Amino acid sequence: MGFFSKLFAGLKKTKDSIASKLNSIFVGELDDEFYEELEYVLISSDIGAEATEEIIEEVKAKAKKEKIKTVDDFKALLRTVMIEILNEAKDEELEYPALITFVGVNGVGKTTAIGRLAHKFKSDKKSVLMVAGDTFRAAASDQLTEWSKRAGVRIVKYTEGADPGAVVFDGITSAKAKKDDVVLVDTAGRLHNKANLMEELKKISKVIGREWEGDYKNYLVIDATTGQNALSQVETFNECVGIDGIVLTKLDGTAKGGIVFAIAKEYGIPVKYVGVGEGIDDIVDFDPEEFVNGIV
Amino acid sequence: MALFGSLSEKLSHVFSKLTKRGVLTELEIKNAMREIRIALLEADVNFLVVKDLVSKISEKCTGERVLKSLTPGQQVIKIVNEELTALMGSTNSKLTIASKPPTIILMCGLQGAGKTTMCGKLAKMLKKQGKKPLLVACDIYRPAAINQLKVVGKSVDVEVYDEGTNKPEKTAVNSLKYAENKGYDVVIIDTAGRLHISEELMDELKDIKKAVKPTEILLTVDSMTGQDAVTVAEGFNNELDITGVILTKLDGDTRGGAALSIKAVTGKPIKFCGVGEKMDDIEPFHPDRMASRILDMGDVLTLIEKAQTMVDEEEAKKFEKKFRENSFTFEDYLAQFDQVKKMGNISDLLNMIPGASKFKFNANMIDEKQIARNKAIIQSMTPYERRNPDCIKGSQKKRIAAGSGTSIQEVNALIKNFYQSKELMKQMSNGKGRFRLPF
Repeated sequence: MGFFSKLFAGLKKTKDSIASKLNSIFVGELDDEFYEELEYVLISSDIGAEATEEIIEEVKAKAKKEKIKTVDDFKALLRTVMIEILNEAKDEELEYPALITFVGVNGVGKTTAIGRLAHKFKSDKKSVLMVAGDTFRAAASDQLTEWSKRAGVRIVKYTEGADPGAVVFDGITSAKAKKDDVVLVDTAGRLHNKANLMEELKKISKVIGREWEGDYKNYLVIDATTGQNALSQVETFNECVGIDGIVLTKLDGTAKGGIVFAIAKEYGIPVKYVGVGEGIDDIVDFDPEEFVNGIV
Repeated sequence: MALFGSLSEKLSHVFSKLTKRGVLTELEIKNAMREIRIALLEADVNFLVVKDLVSKISEKCTGERVLKSLTPGQQVIKIVNEELTALMGSTNSKLTIASKPPTIILMCGLQGAGKTTMCGKLAKMLKKQGKKPLLVACDIYRPAAINQLKVVGKSVDVEVYDEGTNKPEKTAVNSLKYAENKGYDVVIIDTAGRLHISEELMDELKDIKKAVKPTEILLTVDSMTGQDAVTVAEGFNNELDITGVILTKLDGDTRGGAALSIKAVTGKPIKFCGVGEKMDDIEPFHPDRMASRILDMGDVLTLIEKAQTMVDEEEAKKFEKKFRENSFTFEDYLAQFDQVKKMGNISDLLNMIPGASKFKFNANMIDEKQIARNKAIIQSMTPYERRNPDCIKGSQKKRIAAGSGTSIQEVNALIKNFYQSKELMKQMSNGKGRFRLPF
């Protein structure tokens, strides 16, 4: 199943999706009332007041310039503008062997995302190693171990309370010895305003920088229900270890994850993957065009 | 969030030309309302709630009092604060305890909201209050979820009842019998995270509800939730008729507008909030403080300070009380650090007060790293030392420095700062010193 159909399968459950809201306002004229409604539609998907304002200003100006009259033309224009924003964030292909660290605040779905991505990489005939770097949360490594069994990949783990840097070091040693293509590193969820926890993350990153010679990426996992605080998360994590991509999880609810527009605008960080359901294969590559087409 | 500038700054700008005339035009009010709207939206207050609030505020602002006031900006902020506080409610609500034990608490929420951790925190809190809680593991879906609850249970020394992957409804029912036999008087049921639109899983919750008739059904919500908070809360409330809400991860830097939205839409009280990683990090929810947080209290303080003569006596007293309450022991001091971090500009504010500069509030006080170090120092004190700072002598200082990974000099500096703040607060609040709060 492709991204589009996955996303729609997710959105289908949604009673008042953006799409239906937009369709209901895409009647009548492009007057102030219309733009006000559009504004609320965009804001309700967590795009944020500022980004929404900019999108609307741009669409408004272009609609006037191009003398747009019909609903379909307007939709096409709106999509183009929104896709452009997402495309501004430059995306780099992974080079194997690659090590990806998953960071984020508590409860966004880091461990689950790793479980699914392990399955995905394995389906692409890559050899995968999981590293249970979350030594803090109760039973986090048990949870990851369960995923490693489901995905059929190897895992390196320590007991709870161990030093995450040491687990990562061991993981890298093991990955080098077995010549793994992909190393997926789980980290403990941490609120970005906790200085000591962010320091710990920096330390993990330092170990990786020193020991790992292949491609190294940090992905920030963001829950689609997150509001404007996501920007604060991106800023702090990016400052701490440098963020190369976003994994947007839990998009199968009623939340739209519109915050990725503001993230692309402000920080130029691309969305890499999207989590859209409960199953092991419910994670897909992000495609800006299909993402936007899927929602407006 | 500094990212978008503060509401008060924007409002000051809107009203900056007014100081001489002192009369608001319709256009200026419109501009002000726009800024308020954006500020609330950036704090993640739901747009429908914002719409409603702004129209109410707008109505009040067009009144005679604001139009002719000398400092319309401050008046507007005051009205905004009042409206937010009114909407949040003013008293914190407590946990309902069943007249005939056991008290049954059913926890529910989306995935990753923090239910399992919160179960442990609730259990520990209830234990401290002399109750005998039992934790029940009903999350049979997420890998290792039962294990997680067991680890949590062990860390707070509370038994966990589970039946593996047996039907949650059955496990819940059996747990009640078990509780009765073993003399447990509170049963906390942890359930799997679920989407509010998943009919199958919501039916499962309804079945549990029907079977155990909970005293409390508490919806756990991540305080960082955006616009969708309303949909989620409504979803759970419509299906289960929840009795209250628990807000988690409030120790982050989110403005937490979701709290306002949930209260406005469901009318259900927010009872507790999670404020840290440790099992003790649970607090009763204070609605009035939430209003301040959404508005970014630091800004309000500055404005009230600037407003001086314009603020009425009652308001000033409330403000002074806040200062008094916050100023006495190291425990309060510790709690204050988190607030100081939010306020940001408190040193600027304090410097505006005549005479305050002699206390040399150094900028380090609000440096985040320094705050973390200072917190570590206080956390390395024993509870007795925190409450009785006078007893901290050389050997204690040595131990505290070693425990917090700092130096004796740093411990000394903190203690000195503490006494200075205390002195300052005292002088400010009793008004008999060389200076007092200028309003």
